[in-house]
Amino acid sequence: MRISTLGYTFKQGLKSIFRNKVFSLATIATISACIFLFGIFYSVMVNFQNIVHQAESGVAVTAFFDNDITDQRIQEIGQEISTRAEVSKVVYVSAEQAWNDFKDDYLGEYADSFGDDNPLADSANYEIYLSDVAMQDQLVDFLTSVQGIREVHKSANAANTLATANNLVSYVSLAIIFILFAVSIFLISNTVAIGISVRREEIAIMKLIGATDFVVRSPFLIEGIILGLIGAALPLVAIYFIYNKAIGYVMQEFAVLDSILAFLPVEQIFNTLVPIALILGVGIGFLGSAMTVRRHLRV
Amino acid sequence: MILLEDVVKTYSSGAPALNGISLNIEAGEFVFIVGDSGSGKSTLIKLLLRELKPTSGRIIVNNTDVTKLRHGRVPKYRRNIGVVFQDFRLLKDRNVYENVAFAQRVISVPGRQIKKNVPQVLSTVGLAEKYKSRPRELSGGEQQRVALARAIINKPPILLADEPTGNLDPRNSWEIMKLLEEINKNGTTVLVVTHSREIVNAMHKRVITVKKGVIVSDQEEGEYIDED
Repeated sequence: MRISTLGYTFKQGLKSIFRNKVFSLATIATISACIFLFGIFYSVMVNFQNIVHQAESGVAVTAFFDNDITDQRIQEIGQEISTRAEVSKVVYVSAEQAWNDFKDDYLGEYADSFGDDNPLADSANYEIYLSDVAMQDQLVDFLTSVQGIREVHKSANAANTLATANNLVSYVSLAIIFILFAVSIFLISNTVAIGISVRREEIAIMKLIGATDFVVRSPFLIEGIILGLIGAALPLVAIYFIYNKAIGYVMQEFAVLDSILAFLPVEQIFNTLVPIALILGVGIGFLGSAMTVRRHLRV
Repeated sequence: MILLEDVVKTYSSGAPALNGISLNIEAGEFVFIVGDSGSGKSTLIKLLLRELKPTSGRIIVNNTDVTKLRHGRVPKYRRNIGVVFQDFRLLKDRNVYENVAFAQRVISVPGRQIKKNVPQVLSTVGLAEKYKSRPRELSGGEQQRVALARAIINKPPILLADEPTGNLDPRNSWEIMKLLEEINKNGTTVLVVTHSREIVNAMHKRVITVKKGVIVSDQEEGEYIDED
């Protein structure tokens, strides 16, 4: 296609948007609403995942050793565990350290009565931190099969709750986003269908003159893409300004949860959100118009 | 240039629009197709433009077998055929220049070439001065001349005119016919579907008369034959 034809096609696409102002605005508004909600859900989802991830990093599986285990075997087990995909960090806790921690946490000054005795002499262990709590059972299965490990302690409830909550938020968000996108595609399809009916005569002339399918169809595809692009750009601007204010408000109102609520900066969210939203906007626009053009423009 | 062999076109209702038409039109000819409403004239034009496919028979235009033409090849085929209609079919939201340039834009003619070609063809049809006018500001005759300019700007070897004078007064009708004759003199094969007895009888061209989907008469320098 020549540059002049491309320019002409682009101009026709733009003209069509202005010709059907009301429908174009309705389409932009719907896409904007969808992308806006998508942006909100995405921000919530990513932040929630971040919070869950932070919480996950505190969930550890503890592996206790056999009584007669050698130091060399403990090291070997440590190396074996470190290579596992489920593991983010392995910390060796000696029997002395375990006893000292216990004393500090629970006994305080009453610990003196134990003298030099260590009631936790058999409590040397590995604290194994997970990269993903959902993989805890898999790791526990592995640990119980390792020679030299006597006992494995896991925090089943914490892991399951976090994994379930994470999945729930992701599924609900995806379902809502899917419905909104289906609505957007339907609306953009309507707008383009009206554009086609308004330009039916022009299309008929184009066909008779010998315009190719591509030349006949491309103004409508361009119209859809432009509507999608505008519909995606507007909510991104809105989210950019709303995000920081919302985070500030939550942090102020729920200051007690400061240690739990680890929000990501808007720039980090936008690094992914902007390309996804623009691709979605353009994709919705293209898909909606392509479907309609295919149905109504059998050239 | 145009060859039809035993062409039958039956619509889904079952009624035959064309019933075994065969004809041969040589390059550079000027031919009138006449006949009553519903005789099959417009179906013939649609078949030549490949808007319709024949039910049976063969259509060869410019060495192309239209009946076997694949969908993707239709645009290129149509670029060899200019067409004008009774109702002009101009784009009302564009001026004269844009209406004519449109025919070149949609087939990707370079912009510089379009700027050169449009004034030339507008002066051929006598509308060089009115290039900025919108169709509603023009008379019927002028609108048909714009349509004619649009039809010939790509220099097609064949020009189809479906009732080109149907909406015009006698003076404008003659002006259009003179233009068609001039275009024909420059080598273009011209096929005119018309009802105008006066024009057909005055121009002494080949006349093909169609009745109920069948050619009932084909005369060189012929005359309009009454339906009855």
